[in-house]
Amino acid sequence: MTTKSMTTESDVATSATAAREKLDAHTYETVQWHFHESTGSPFWLEKKAGLNFDPLTEVKCFDDLKKFPLFEDEWLRGGPVRRWVPKGMDGQPTYVFETGGTTGIPKSRVVIDDFRIDYEMFSHTLPDEYFPKGANWLMLGPSGPRRLRLAVEHLCQFRGGISFCIDLDPRWVVKLIKKGWMDHLEEYKKHCIDQAVTILTAGHDIKCMFTTPKLLESLAYGLAERDTSIQEVGITGIFSGGTEFTPQWTRFCVEELLGGPTEESGVYMTPTYGNTLMGLACSRPVTEEEDYKIAYYAPQPRAVVEVVDFDDHTRVVPYAGTGRVKLYTMTKEFFVPGFLERDEGEREEPYSSYPWDGVSGVRPYHAIASQTTVGVY
Amino acid sequence: MLTIPAIRWGKPYTALEKQEVVHFLSGEPIASISQVNGGMLQLDMKKAARARAVLREIPSENLLLMCEKAAELFESAELPMGDGTQSVDDFIHQQSASTGLPEHMCLGNMKKNSFVLANMRQILDALTRGLDLSILGRGYGEEGRGVTVSYQVQSPVLGAVLPNNSPGVHTLWLPAIPLQIGLLLKPGSQEPWTPYRMVSAFMEAGVPAEAFALYPGGHDVGSTLLTRCSRSMVFGSAQTVEQYAGNPRVQPHGPGFSKILLGDDVVDQWEDYLDMMVESVFSNSGRSCINCSGIWASRHTDKIAAALAERLGAVDVLPPEDPDAGLAAFTNAAMATGTWGMVQQDLQESGVTDMTGDYGDRLVEKERCAYLRPMVVHADSPDRGVASKEYMFPFVSVVQCPQKDMVKKIGPTLVGTAITSDQDFILSLTESTSIDRLNIGPMPTNRLNWLQPHEGNLTEFLFRSRAYQITELPSAVGV
Repeated sequence: MTTKSMTTESDVATSATAAREKLDAHTYETVQWHFHESTGSPFWLEKKAGLNFDPLTEVKCFDDLKKFPLFEDEWLRGGPVRRWVPKGMDGQPTYVFETGGTTGIPKSRVVIDDFRIDYEMFSHTLPDEYFPKGANWLMLGPSGPRRLRLAVEHLCQFRGGISFCIDLDPRWVVKLIKKGWMDHLEEYKKHCIDQAVTILTAGHDIKCMFTTPKLLESLAYGLAERDTSIQEVGITGIFSGGTEFTPQWTRFCVEELLGGPTEESGVYMTPTYGNTLMGLACSRPVTEEEDYKIAYYAPQPRAVVEVVDFDDHTRVVPYAGTGRVKLYTMTKEFFVPGFLERDEGEREEPYSSYPWDGVSGVRPYHAIASQTTVGVY
Repeated sequence: MLTIPAIRWGKPYTALEKQEVVHFLSGEPIASISQVNGGMLQLDMKKAARARAVLREIPSENLLLMCEKAAELFESAELPMGDGTQSVDDFIHQQSASTGLPEHMCLGNMKKNSFVLANMRQILDALTRGLDLSILGRGYGEEGRGVTVSYQVQSPVLGAVLPNNSPGVHTLWLPAIPLQIGLLLKPGSQEPWTPYRMVSAFMEAGVPAEAFALYPGGHDVGSTLLTRCSRSMVFGSAQTVEQYAGNPRVQPHGPGFSKILLGDDVVDQWEDYLDMMVESVFSNSGRSCINCSGIWASRHTDKIAAALAERLGAVDVLPPEDPDAGLAAFTNAAMATGTWGMVQQDLQESGVTDMTGDYGDRLVEKERCAYLRPMVVHADSPDRGVASKEYMFPFVSVVQCPQKDMVKKIGPTLVGTAITSDQDFILSLTESTSIDRLNIGPMPTNRLNWLQPHEGNLTEFLFRSRAYQITELPSAVGV
């Protein structure tokens, strides 16, 4: 081992210790806010009465969150959504974003500023060379009552650009799949890609985009049919998200859809992992040298990702071990003291830019994988 | 352990994702196979025309000679395979180890594939009714009757989503190469051996590598292949066949529901045909679509079923390397228990009798796999559910049915062997659209004459007869 790498490891360890102290302090402050009568939300104040401990006095650090029962996303179905708004934020303009909802009542999350804060933080991780300040963006993803649509638009505006969008109803996509109407699905996909190609070839000087892996692939084929490519239409920065990101797919995408590695093609793609509950986890740079391994790191201390034992969610697996993804959200607007995602993966070591645990190899949790429709758009 | 890449029009591609092929008894890995995604196939379809172009540069006669050479290599040579080589013995061991088929059956299937390849000239002569193959390559020509004939190629490549456990079916796509059509194959996850070895033999015999694509991968590879390729075959369940029925781009192959029908004129001598009935049910461990799953007669059915049960009921599990092994393993034990559950339901119906019940347990569960021993079931009427069942092990229903009702009751039948001299019965069978391959006389259902089309004529699937008129240009003025 070289002196340099020893120093780096030691630096990461020091940063990790500092990050952990910051996380503990943040946890304490967040719990105080959400469970204090003057600032907490009606939902959590009501829940507090049913707990067998007092969060105000017995949660002093992150590990104390394990005293809470698991967060159940079923709680998010139906109204009144105001019960989720902390009293300390009453009167502020409030959004409601939905997830799911193909059939039945969707899950709702109220948001005031979180999506702006999360995406501004994410903005600082984007290289200006490929996501130029002032550049216009295309949001090639779901429209409707979704956080992602507004978040990407804010990200673009925060960086000085104007964001273009398409119409894409993911609930209709899921219905088409469930009905087995694959011809309709193909036509709907074409309809979405046609919208994107029209925008990209209409002189709007779009350089950056958000999209999902499936749509990115379809866009590449759609452009190829018109004898052009993602590279040729001027896209230099792509921010993408979804559990379908596998190393092999990423390699295929980089080598064959984007024109080669960033330094050759001039196109940079960054995978992300997230949802309406947590926000956005960034990835470590994805490189050929690391076999296109994708490791995600949550925006600590506002959110935390753990990889926990399949049978005991209070136990984190060893580094490189496989387990279920557990999320925590601790912002002033929203509190999730541990939610078991429908995904699994491997626990990753802290990294210099993100000196805390990450998760790699994210894929649908094997026990429920066959019941889950992933990557529908 | 072999590391086997995908092949993208002749170029090996080692993916980051790999799937291990494991020994069905020990779980020991035998090979690690690159897994690609459907998008890659979609992208590569742009180069499909090149596959036909390189084959068209070689006269059909030379391609036929290459087929003969490839047959010899396939059956006898040590061939390149991924990062290593593969001898004939390796091939037999590997195929048996991953599919659960006894080794002598793997050898039998290998010889069948090799036979078809070696006799390609005669097979194509039969399928094309003696057409000069250069007419297919050129697109039009003169057949010798003073008439221009033209065959429009429907696709530069033939796609195939290949099965996991039936190494005999590969004969169906082999004629593509001498027809100057490229091959785009998705190998089965447990049986990559035949397509890889066959492609290796073709290449060693001089067929250009650019004519071949092998895409191991998940379901998205299969669905992309069937969507993007203008002509493809798929091997699967009855549901798969139903899904693609009527789709002119896809030739689906599924359960065969092959049957033996005994005419009233011969049924009293049923014992004379017992050997061919046993062979039809039992060969290749009953796994093929050409295995007999129904024996229909108007009388003596209980005696026929009892005699078959006596011959088949005692057959037991033997190690795969045993030359007497007659049963293939279900490498996924859940498939065996699931099948057993369905059979149990069939037996609940009144009028259905389990004739092998006295010969010991049928379901044999091992640590990592399971077996189903042969079953003979008697049905007192063609209306019993079991009369239209087919399972992936030696299973036959002996069905009592008046001869006059057989044609309307048998349902889809890939191979129908009718043992009769009754000309009226033969005529009604010949006219029936329920039967694909019709054998008149005591021919086991599993013995195919390769000079006959199988589930449609491949040349008619790949080429369409069309008008082609040529007239001379008027002489250019001033020249």
